[in-house]
Amino acid sequence: MEDVLPFLIGGLYAGGIYLVLHKSFVKLIIGLIILGYASNLMLFTISRITRGAPALVPEGATSLVEPFADPLPQALVLTAIVIGFGIQAFAIVLIKVGYRIVKTDNLDELNSTDRLDD
Amino acid sequence: MENALLLILMIPLLGGIISLFFWKDIKIQKIIFLLSTGGLFLASINLFLSILDQGVITLQSAGWEAPFGISMVGDYLSSFMILLSSLMGLGVGIYSIGDIDRARMRFGFFPLMNFLLFSVCGAFLSGDIFNLYVWFEIMLISSFVLMALGNTKPQLEGAIKYVTINIIASVFFLAGIGMLYGLTGTLNMADLAIRVGTVSEEGLVTLAAVFFFIAFGVKSAIFPLFSWLPASYHTPPVAVTAIFAALLTKVGVYAFIRFFTLIFNHESLFLDNLLLFAAGTTMFIGVLGAAAQMEFRKILSVHIISQIGYLIMGIAIGTKMALVGTIYFLVHIIIVKSNLFLISGVVKRIKGSFELKKLGGVYAGYPFLAVLFAISAFSLAGFPPFTGFWAKFALVKAGLVQEMFFIVLVALATGFLTLYSMTKIWNEVFWKKEEKKGDEQNSEGKEKPAGLLLMMGPIVALTIISLALGIYAEPVFRFAEMTAEQLLNPDIYINGVLGLER
Repeated sequence: MEDVLPFLIGGLYAGGIYLVLHKSFVKLIIGLIILGYASNLMLFTISRITRGAPALVPEGATSLVEPFADPLPQALVLTAIVIGFGIQAFAIVLIKVGYRIVKTDNLDELNSTDRLDD
Repeated sequence: MENALLLILMIPLLGGIISLFFWKDIKIQKIIFLLSTGGLFLASINLFLSILDQGVITLQSAGWEAPFGISMVGDYLSSFMILLSSLMGLGVGIYSIGDIDRARMRFGFFPLMNFLLFSVCGAFLSGDIFNLYVWFEIMLISSFVLMALGNTKPQLEGAIKYVTINIIASVFFLAGIGMLYGLTGTLNMADLAIRVGTVSEEGLVTLAAVFFFIAFGVKSAIFPLFSWLPASYHTPPVAVTAIFAALLTKVGVYAFIRFFTLIFNHESLFLDNLLLFAAGTTMFIGVLGAAAQMEFRKILSVHIISQIGYLIMGIAIGTKMALVGTIYFLVHIIIVKSNLFLISGVVKRIKGSFELKKLGGVYAGYPFLAVLFAISAFSLAGFPPFTGFWAKFALVKAGLVQEMFFIVLVALATGFLTLYSMTKIWNEVFWKKEEKKGDEQNSEGKEKPAGLLLMMGPIVALTIISLALGIYAEPVFRFAEMTAEQLLNPDIYINGVLGLER
């Protein structure tokens, strides 16, 4: 798994950035979601993946025996997923309202606030 | 003692939650909001005094000891930032009651402001990098909603850009956290400060630092990453812009100071040069952008970028004098910049526009307001004896002592251009005669709309505070020196958190 995941993460980052660079609102959101996945997976992978060894102290022992799966990155990823989910839900509603009011789904046309008014 | 930390977090959180129960009753929400921001201000004074007494206060949440649990840490820098934030929260809060329209208030403006203050104070107190990430996210989601609240077209355009870039910044932040955890196996900042020095792969540490640089760079709007700020900051109501200008970018700068004095303080020429380059380009390009604008609020908001450059300059030079300059500059810019935004809101209320071309004659009609603006504008441009002068003086002196003449030159040139953009506002808005005679009668008729008194109160108070800080600069400087000393001796922070004598 540890050999496969880095490639998957790289692919997700590349795909996310590719989609974010598009003009369409929907592709932008999907790109952001994929970027979020990439970071979550990276957080999960970076402290080594251990299979079938939960971080439980065996009976009679006083401390963990190596190797064991580090529970902390899993907790972090869980938190990050939940936060990301909330933010993505907001972003989706935002682009929906934005589409209704600005009446375009082309990001290039969202330039009225950047312009110098003269 | 730890309760002083808890109070800071509990007051705005409870204020926000309780006012959610009174969703339909704006009057009660207003009262709760004033009580909670006032209470937060008192609590932050309390925290400030007890930290002056003790140095570092640590709260280990749920009693888990330091490297394992989540620590909340208050030191000089964070308590001072909380004091400033709660002062601005109170000031802008009073102002917003006069400024914000009923429709926005009905859709939860006050609870959102409470949550924003809650998250900002949490970010200042956090002693754990993942916890800091969570605070940043709470701050982002509150600011997203505040930015979009009202659903006007420019607001939504600005919000889409603001949301997108900040989500990408969060992705970088998360990846950086992952890297640091992979390298060191800890998330506690104090523990990280010890362990980062022992990591053998220096390149990876620098890479993680660059990830944090990008994440905080977006939040604090430094040179290549600032594009969301000019696109969005001038779109929401003035009170929202003022509180954003006071808090959001400064949280980014705070994170810069914290990370680059505590964790990544091991001599790295690459990081120093990166920060110095970012500082110079940020301040210069920011002020050029401001000079090009022709709208009151856009000039002020683009100008925020240039001041972030000064703050980063202090961090990049990194000597005690430079950090003193950065801390004093933080005080100066938080108060003065927000005050200018608040004044622009009053001008809009009186004259009905932000466009420099359409404005004029404010000095003739409202000389008191003009004087208030002049004080803040002179301070921003760096005239003695206002706060801006002392802040820039410390930074420039630190640069000269370190013989970094180029960045000093850029800083001085930026000061002149700041003066130019401020005189532009002065000429167009205050000095120039108003063109249309017919409209004058109308605007006279509209004079003294409801809430103007509530808007002027905070402006006068903040001007007096900034004047006092400029004239009695010495105590502030002495405090800034104490803070810089504490920042340059990470052992104080580390011992305060981990509780070991090394």
